Amino acid sequence: MLALKVENIKKIYPSMQSKGQDVLAIKDVSLEVRKNEFCSILGHSGCGKTTLLNLIAGFEVPTSGKIECAGKEISGPGADRAMVFQDYALFPWLTVFDNIAFGLKIKGFSTLDINKTVTRYAALVGLSQFITHYPHQLSGGMRQRVSIARALVVDPTVLLMDEPFAALDAQNRAMMQAEMIRILSEESKTVVLVTHSIEEAINLSDVIVVMTRRPGQVKEIIRVPEPRRMVEDTPAYLAIRRQIRDLIAGEHEVSEVV
Amino acid sequence: MQTIIFFKQFRRLAFLLILLAAWEYASRFILDKTEATLLPPPSGVALGGLELMKTGEIWKHLFDSLSREFFAFCYASVAIPLGIVMGCFKWVNEQVDPLIEILRPIPPIAWIPLSILWFGVGNSQNQFIIFLGIFFPILINTIDAVKNVEPNLIRAARCLGAGSWGVITRVVLRAALPQIVTGVRIGLGVGWMALVAAELVGANSGLGFLINDARTVLRTDYILVGMLAIGLIGLCLDRLIRYTAQKLMPWSRALNA
Repeated sequence: MLALKVENIKKIYPSMQSKGQDVLAIKDVSLEVRKNEFCSILGHSGCGKTTLLNLIAGFEVPTSGKIECAGKEISGPGADRAMVFQDYALFPWLTVFDNIAFGLKIKGFSTLDINKTVTRYAALVGLSQFITHYPHQLSGGMRQRVSIARALVVDPTVLLMDEPFAALDAQNRAMMQAEMIRILSEESKTVVLVTHSIEEAINLSDVIVVMTRRPGQVKEIIRVPEPRRMVEDTPAYLAIRRQIRDLIAGEHEVSEVV
Repeated sequence: MQTIIFFKQFRRLAFLLILLAAWEYASRFILDKTEATLLPPPSGVALGGLELMKTGEIWKHLFDSLSREFFAFCYASVAIPLGIVMGCFKWVNEQVDPLIEILRPIPPIAWIPLSILWFGVGNSQNQFIIFLGIFFPILINTIDAVKNVEPNLIRAARCLGAGSWGVITRVVLRAALPQIVTGVRIGLGVGWMALVAAELVGANSGLGFLINDARTVLRTDYILVGMLAIGLIGLCLDRLIRYTAQKLMPWSRALNA
């Protein structure tokens, strides 16, 4: 079953100046993500991968093409496509508990249900001890855990992640990737992740979508042979990393020629 | 240890105490009698203050001034919803902004002549002047606060299922609150200054009236007591709001800096 279907998406940003050129950000992008599949979108910065994610989230409207989530065409943002942001975007005036509870309160859950659910998800991301803290009292990694719990709690059809670990240092990033694998093993989810890290994509994904330079197009879709069980420095790992690196490096040369 | 702390506290006041002592000395031993009437020594001012407290006069003026400030603030708080609407809806901002930009630079005091003709001498006129002082700082800060809400916070709320109304009540209002409070603080300060000016010319009570009335009978000690009271109340108002806001919004970096 398809969780997400993107069909021939094109996005043009009108120019800010009256005589300036319109910017074609992405074109002819089509992709399908199956239920409980982890899909990474990989590409250079400025290749339109975040634009694509914003279109899926409904923050922006495609110039043409359509996006279906669980068979329904999307119109605007919704809790079926909760997003985890690079800068966490936690509500600073809410405690960890209330941040995680945000989506449930909007859905009108009872206090009892909210307590139960939030407690469960706080434990899932390893923050049970910190539910009364405010975001500014937490480290970057902990904030991102809150953000992940806040998005998971509304049970989205697709979980969207916009370079979620890019702001963390190397150790924390590796740890959060391992955490993400653990969380997904306990709580199956369809995920679309935007990243510029080849290793992150290989470690986490079932499917990797490599994008071209602007205007962003799908260059290649690669299936990871043993999703989330790839061991670094094994021949299989090195092979797939080599393959992706070549794809992306090829993009680099093309753009320099132009 | 106790004494060290005591001395550290004391050290901060040293310069102030030296100044007061010099003033006392000058007023008693250097100035002649006429001049000393114009600048009574601190002890004289303190005595004047005690006198005013005993007769209860100062409390009456204080209460009148504070209640004017309070009522004017209640009216002026309409600036908060207006500012939110202006910050959220571009077309409202387009229509209202020119009006506000023209009215805002006019100092509240410039409205005194017209307001006396409109409202006569008394509470309404005073409140109107104070209202003008409070209104604009709150409005400008509210608009600014709403416009500067982190866009990703709004997106986060939207993708967790919040509609437009939910975004305004659950995100915009909360995120803007610290700066709105700053607007209230500035507003109450400006309003308090405007109040005294309004009372100087258009009132039969209040601290502004007290100091102007004392002038006509040459009670400079009362004038100084009144001025001191104005300063202290202004300080207390500001501290009170800041303290309350810090307690209510422990998460705000702007307020707790």
